Amino acid sequence: MTRQVHCAIGTKGCIINSSNLVICRTLQACIFISLFKSVIIMRKNTIQPNDASLNSPSFISFVKEKSIQFFIDVANVIAYLGLIFRNLFTKKFEFEEFLKQCYQIGNKSVGLISITGLIVGLVLTIQSRPPLAEFGAVAMLPGMVAISIIREMGPVITALICAGKIGSSMGAELGSMRVTEQIDAMEVSNTNPINFLIIPRVLAATIMIPILTLYADAIGIFGSWLGINIKDDLSLSLFITQAFNSVGFIDIIPAVIKSFFFGAVIGLVGCYKGYNAGRGTESVGIAANSAVVTASLLLIIVDLIAVQITDLL
Amino acid sequence: MDKAENNIVISIKDLKKSFGDMQVLNGITLQLHEEENLVILGKSGSGKSVLIKCIVNLLNHDEGSIKVGNYELTNISEEDLIEVRNRTGFLFQSAALYDSMTVRENLSFALSRLDKSFSKEEINNKIVEVLDNVGLPDAIDKMPSELSGGMKKRIGLARTLIVNPKIILYDEPTTGLDPITSNEISELINETKNKFKNSSIIITHDINCVKKVADRIAMIKDGKIYKEGNLEAFVTNDDPYIQSFFK
Repeated sequence: MTRQVHCAIGTKGCIINSSNLVICRTLQACIFISLFKSVIIMRKNTIQPNDASLNSPSFISFVKEKSIQFFIDVANVIAYLGLIFRNLFTKKFEFEEFLKQCYQIGNKSVGLISITGLIVGLVLTIQSRPPLAEFGAVAMLPGMVAISIIREMGPVITALICAGKIGSSMGAELGSMRVTEQIDAMEVSNTNPINFLIIPRVLAATIMIPILTLYADAIGIFGSWLGINIKDDLSLSLFITQAFNSVGFIDIIPAVIKSFFFGAVIGLVGCYKGYNAGRGTESVGIAANSAVVTASLLLIIVDLIAVQITDLL
Repeated sequence: MDKAENNIVISIKDLKKSFGDMQVLNGITLQLHEEENLVILGKSGSGKSVLIKCIVNLLNHDEGSIKVGNYELTNISEEDLIEVRNRTGFLFQSAALYDSMTVRENLSFALSRLDKSFSKEEINNKIVEVLDNVGLPDAIDKMPSELSGGMKKRIGLARTLIVNPKIILYDEPTTGLDPITSNEISELINETKNKFKNSSIIITHDINCVKKVADRIAMIKDGKIYKEGNLEAFVTNDDPYIQSFFK
């Protein structure tokens, strides 16, 4: 049995049989492991300011420097994750703070997610209608839009918006707490900042992003129904029946699972950048900005990995 | 063991701390006695704040020893560090009030972190009492952003005092304040010592504050104790470096 796959390390559109597919995936795993190892090595060998190639103003060195810094950040975030896990299971869990953060994250983002979700659903439907109409397949529109929203648009758009809104707010809040010595004050009063500030935020983001994603999916699908009704006349119940006839658990479950990872990435990066901000006031802005940029980039990478894994199912 | 050795609450011996290639503390030896206000003087960047941050283990020292009561801070266990921090209060230069919490929440947060549990009424009574002590009973439900610099310092001190520490470390308590408020804070430091019988290390550049609060002064230069003595010994000293502070 052969199957056509678009393999990251193979030629686009090449024919690969099942055994080759396993080899292909193994090679990809090897590449990821070697990339991870090189990141760990890079983290140990921090950037030397005297390195002439890094001081050179050329575009290539600029890109090189930024790429190295990005991978060092990723490695540090992974090390930071280890510390969080250790403290999560060995020290007191701040449940009240966790609930407060869940409320903050949900409450802060729900308005923006509603508007964006609705518009994405509308636009997707309006844009997809003409080509489908050309082939007389307008009846497939609800199912197609529902699958695109549930599998990709909902999780990714929600995560990117939350990276901008929540990630930057975590970076700025913790950064300003660092600058104004509030984190030190917490430590002196026998409060572990990792347990009080970081763990509740990371867990809250990990739990709230999938909930916001499901909400964004629902709003997006509603937006799609509005979009269809601009040109056609379709009842909501019929639209929902048509949409969900095409959607299976295989579409929903992987999307929900990946949005947990998206939440963890946003929380981790936002907290890491804020907690490790420098001492000057400009560090707050740098932390907030860097949290958004790093989290957004990581989200895309996590999405790529998630799509590759889902493709195997 | 003589009486002077018995009443030592902090003992620092040959303390060294560096950041990269920069040696900030290069063999500090110092003691703080019971019910004593020890002022640490030195120019900016001389390592005064680093020294008191090492005392509460916010920074780990490289070499030497710091003993707070009976606890040696070098390789201290987590349980012992909690004990050290329970008996040590720290007033930060910026007051470091938690700006997402009201004054009441700032103070009750400090209490909630102690091993003891208090009833709501006990917590409320303690908050009212400590705010009375710092002269700000009306600030109880204000946010830190609504307070002036001097008020923040007072609330910072209230947050330190509410846990009843035996030792208080003041990091530049009068910096950035007008002379009248500076004077009030200096008087508050003395009142606190007289009322609660605690020992304090005060880091300051403010000579008026030094003159008001110092029982003893230690001057840091090049990472070492340059001179130690009472106020008179400093004021009457002919050394140009010392005189540059007291002119």
